[in-house]
Amino acid sequence: MNWLNTLFILVAAFLAVFWETAFQGVRHVLGAQVDLLPAIMVYAALSSGFSTVCLVAFFAGLCFDSLSANPLGISILPLFAVGLAVYFWRDLILRDQSFAQMVLGFGAGIACPVLSLLLLLTTGRPPQLGWGTVWQLIIMSLGSAIATPAFFLLFEWLHKSLSHAPVFETSFRPDREIRRGR
Amino acid sequence: MLKRPHYIALGLIVFLTLVILNLPGKTTARMKLGLGSLFVPLFGLANSVEQAGAKTGNAILPRSELISQKDALERQNQELRLQLMQAEGMARENERLRRLLGWQPNKAWKLKPSHVVLAEPSNWWRTVQIDLGSRDGVKINSPVLTTDGLVGRISSVSLTRSQVVLLGDPNCKVAARVENPTRDTGVIGGSGPLESGICEMAYLSRTADLKPGQNVWTSGLGGIFPKDILIGKVLDSRSEDYGMSTVARVKLAANLSALDEVWVMMEP
Repeated sequence: MNWLNTLFILVAAFLAVFWETAFQGVRHVLGAQVDLLPAIMVYAALSSGFSTVCLVAFFAGLCFDSLSANPLGISILPLFAVGLAVYFWRDLILRDQSFAQMVLGFGAGIACPVLSLLLLLTTGRPPQLGWGTVWQLIIMSLGSAIATPAFFLLFEWLHKSLSHAPVFETSFRPDREIRRGR
Repeated sequence: MLKRPHYIALGLIVFLTLVILNLPGKTTARMKLGLGSLFVPLFGLANSVEQAGAKTGNAILPRSELISQKDALERQNQELRLQLMQAEGMARENERLRRLLGWQPNKAWKLKPSHVVLAEPSNWWRTVQIDLGSRDGVKINSPVLTTDGLVGRISSVSLTRSQVVLLGDPNCKVAARVENPTRDTGVIGGSGPLESGICEMAYLSRTADLKPGQNVWTSGLGGIFPKDILIGKVLDSRSEDYGMSTVARVKLAANLSALDEVWVMMEP
C-alpha cells in the first residue's frame, strides 16, 4: 500500500505543476498563481515515510523548475525543508483535523516561496520583487491552506476506491451463543 | 526523531541539489528540455480539448453573425490594402531618398508566427514558452512582438520550444525613445509584481519633455531590438535621484496577460 501512496503523491505533484502552467485563471483574477506543491508536500510528510518526502521534493522541484525560468533545482530545497519540518514534528500534529491541515498548508505556502526567493537572491538572479510580492505571498499561502485539506480528502477517497476494504472481526462467537431450550 | 538513514537521505538530497545547481548551462537546458517533454502529452490533451471546445462554439454560432463578421473583415481588408499601397509608395520613396543620400537601406522584418504553449508557474518571473525552437531558426535574443507592440525577447531555445522573457521581467531591458520634440531616450526595465501592463522607463534626462499619451518606441540602441517597434504610451513621470533623472511609467501596447499568438523576428 505504501508504494501506491507514493505513486499517487508523485502523480498529483506532476499534475499540479501542469495545472500551474496551463491554467492562469487565478493569476488573472487575483494577480498571483497558487502553488499546490507545498500542500502536497504537507500531505506526503504527514502520511508517508521519509523516502517519499525526499522523492516528492526532488521530483516535484525538478518538474516545477523545468517549466519555469527558475534555475533548475532551486525549488527542491524549499520543498524538502518544509517536508522535513512537518515530518519531524508529525507525532505532535493532529493530522486528521482539517484546521491543523489548513494551518500547516498556510505555513508551507508561505515558507516555500520565501525560501525560494532567498535562494534566488543568494544565487545572484534577483527576481521581480516589490510590495506586490506581499500580496502574492498571501494569495499563495491562502491557496495552499485551502488546497491541503482538499488533498487529504482526495487521497483518502483514492485509497478507499483503489484498495481492499478492511475486514473487521465480528463480535459473534459460537461458544458464547445462548442456546434456548424448553 | 531523525535516524541515521534520514541523515543520509538528507545529505544526499542537499548534495544532489547542489550538483544540479552547479551544472553547466547547456546541461541544465538539456535536462529542462527532457523533463519538460514529460508534460507534452498533457499539453497535447489540453490543446485538443480547447480545439474541440472552439469547434463546438463555431458550430453553434449563428449564420447571420458569421456573415456580418465576414462583411466587416472584407471592409477592413480593403482599407488595409489601400494603406499598404500607400505605405509601399512611401517605402519606395524612402528607399530612393536613402540611396541618393548614400545611407544604408532599411532591412525588411522577417517574422514567423507562433503560439504561446505555456505560462510561467512561479510569480517572480515573467516568461512564456512558444512552440518554435532552434529547428525553426529561432535564436537567443530574437525580438518577439504582437500586432499591438513589443512583447519581449527569446531567452533560451530548445529544439521545438523557446522561452520568451517578457517586458517587465528583470532580465528584459529595452532601449527606448519617446515620440516627442526632444526625442528623449531611456531604458524600459522591470515593473511591480502586480503591474503586468505597466513598465518603468528609467535613465531619462531630467529635462525630458514627457506628457501622458506620448508613444514610446524601441530606439535601436543596444543591438537586440531594431528601432521603431511600438512599446506603449507614457502614463506619467517623476523625478529621481534628487532631480538628476526622470522615470516614466509606460502602459504597454501589447496585452501581456492574454498572449496567444506572437511573432518572432528572425534574422533576415
